[in-house]
Amino acid sequence: MNTLDMILLITMTVTALWAVLGRSLLKATIALAVTSAVITILMFRLNSPLAAVFELSVCTGLITVVFVSTISLTRPLTHQETIDRTKDRIKRYWYLPVIIIIAGVALSFVKMPLDFAATHVPVEQDVRSVLWNSRQLDIFGQIAIILAGVFGVVILFKRGHNKDD
Amino acid sequence: MTNESWQLFLRFDYFIILLFITGLYCVIVTKNLMRALIGLEILTKAVTLLLIVAGYATGRVAQAQGYVITLVVIEVVVIAIAAGVVLSVFNRTGSIDAKNLRNLKG
Repeated sequence: MNTLDMILLITMTVTALWAVLGRSLLKATIALAVTSAVITILMFRLNSPLAAVFELSVCTGLITVVFVSTISLTRPLTHQETIDRTKDRIKRYWYLPVIIIIAGVALSFVKMPLDFAATHVPVEQDVRSVLWNSRQLDIFGQIAIILAGVFGVVILFKRGHNKDD
Repeated sequence: MTNESWQLFLRFDYFIILLFITGLYCVIVTKNLMRALIGLEILTKAVTLLLIVAGYATGRVAQAQGYVITLVVIEVVVIAIAAGVVLSVFNRTGSIDAKNLRNLKG
């Protein structure tokens, strides 16, 4: 692990905190996309390019688009509502940076065993063979979940359409 | 798993735990449904990174990538459905505040 990894990990934590603590939902979504992009770089560095490409295209791209569309379809808060909720937000969220700092300091003091014994011999496989040959029943589960998602979205949009009529 | 890869795994673990705490806190504390989805997303990202680091440290990168690709696909489905639910809640109640979902509270 070198300095670049450490900078990336710190950036990841800071942007995740920004996504949670930021007042604007749109900026929080952008912060989430940045977190995802940083995780993508970490994945590339950890020798997992295929998963990184998936993360970049789906999590950074598609999910951000879904979030932004949902936010744009809902009503933004008025100025008075924003002022009213700010105090409540600060009261509920100020614990988080404190918890993160305490957890970070506590984790740095935790002594883990460094003479970890090898549990097995590393096996190098191709991702394609893992995805299509090693998996058996879970492919059907994945297809079922994708179909459930498609039908779920169709039903939700259908209901909204009927309500408008 | 060699000592070097075990140390790398531990270093990454510290930050993954912090990321997990951030997402969990957001899901527990927030009243805004969109913010809850953002928290859920951060939790999933922590798990994704943990899988990749574990795969790298144990020398099973291909298996870890297979799991992560499956996880990402399911994550998108969950988020798409949840965003649809948030929109339908907004259409029904006029806000995305979780307080408004207590009508069925017994």
